[in-house]
Amino acid sequence: MEIGERRQGGVVILSPVGRIDNDTSPAFQSKLLATVAPGGGAVLVDLSKVEYLSSAGLRALMMGAKQSKASKGRLAVAELKPVVKEIFAISRFSYVVEVFGTLAEALQALSGSSGAPKG
Amino acid sequence: MAMLIRFWGTRGSLPTPLASRAVRDKIRGALLAARGRKLDAPQAIDAFIERELPFSIGGTFGGNTSCVEIASDGDEHVLCDLGTGVREFGNRLIALHGPQRKHRFNVFMSHVHWDHIMGFPFFAHAYIPGNVIRIHGCHKVLREAFERQHSSPSFPVDFGSLGATIEFVELEPERSYEIAGLSVKMIRQQHSGDSYGYRFSHAGRSVVYSTDSEHKFDMLDESYPFVPFIRDADLLIFDTMYSLAEAVSVKEDWGHSSNMVAVELAQLARVKHLVMYHHEPIYDDVMIETILSETRRYEEISRSTHKLLVSSAYDGLEIGL
Repeated sequence: MEIGERRQGGVVILSPVGRIDNDTSPAFQSKLLATVAPGGGAVLVDLSKVEYLSSAGLRALMMGAKQSKASKGRLAVAELKPVVKEIFAISRFSYVVEVFGTLAEALQALSGSSGAPKG
Repeated sequence: MAMLIRFWGTRGSLPTPLASRAVRDKIRGALLAARGRKLDAPQAIDAFIERELPFSIGGTFGGNTSCVEIASDGDEHVLCDLGTGVREFGNRLIALHGPQRKHRFNVFMSHVHWDHIMGFPFFAHAYIPGNVIRIHGCHKVLREAFERQHSSPSFPVDFGSLGATIEFVELEPERSYEIAGLSVKMIRQQHSGDSYGYRFSHAGRSVVYSTDSEHKFDMLDESYPFVPFIRDADLLIFDTMYSLAEAVSVKEDWGHSSNMVAVELAQLARVKHLVMYHHEPIYDDVMIETILSETRRYEEISRSTHKLLVSSAYDGLEIGL
């Protein structure tokens, strides 16, 4: 699956595109864990181009959150489309991963966090 | 009708009686909803309760622990698990036939955790000579679990003094059986001490009883044995005790599953009707109703071509197949 990556204000932003389901979640999880792993920084997943997340996609986020916590980093998601927002509500996943309305809000929160390296 | 499924106990973990405050809230909700309505005849009141009140106000999901009856055209009774719901089952049989009528019962145990056996000491037919109760299961500790529950200091009546003839039948999970007119298959499930799901088939219809089961799979496809096990089932009774977030985080390895995983498994296996079961005891009726509505919405969101009917089990629910 296509997953964009860029850095802004010390936060790594991943931008997956399409559906994160049974077929694509292994690639998403692999990329997420590789990004979260190195140094305990802040990682933001921009979900603005994600149309659907299955339980497998949510589990990948859970793995990322677990790894991020272990390395004293932060993981968050932002820009949820209405359907993805519904799936987060149904799954209660806002208790697992920080959810922000916009990228700007997320960046503001994450850039100021201890987990995010400056620069 | 090939089979009639009656739910006698649908609550997970421990009995959950409706408290006075909850009853009061239901009455209040009903009176508020009835304002300005002309409800001066009993029929009008019944229709209003049935068709217009939410189930969480006009009814309750109930608080008895696991017990489901599978009635077919055979002479013998078939039950899954002996939670507190079995007391109601026994009471109904006595109301229908009186205490003198002798019966043969076939029970299939998912496992022997307390909430699945705790109704047995209050199952009246166990005390009546002439009744035959065959308790089937895949655990080697079946007899031990029932005998221990029925002994001092936990209970005043020793298991050995029960009047009915009680037999324990150990099943081999890799085999299939013909019992009481039903074809029965089993699958081992992930739960502390293992649990077993059952697939019952009769006259071209099938129902799967799968409770106390956590589902962890690397890939959701035919390689996950539960998928072929439930393939094309008419009815899937499934443990949806937790939200997905709970099931994969704080309550991981607690041995239960979620509504979202239930929908995805049922969709993949082209199950016709999913019934959510083993409700979390901390949930009230409003919460269970909310979860039902969310689960139906998730079924819509995740649907490809196969439409899955989704219901939530309640004590007293009957579904004909």
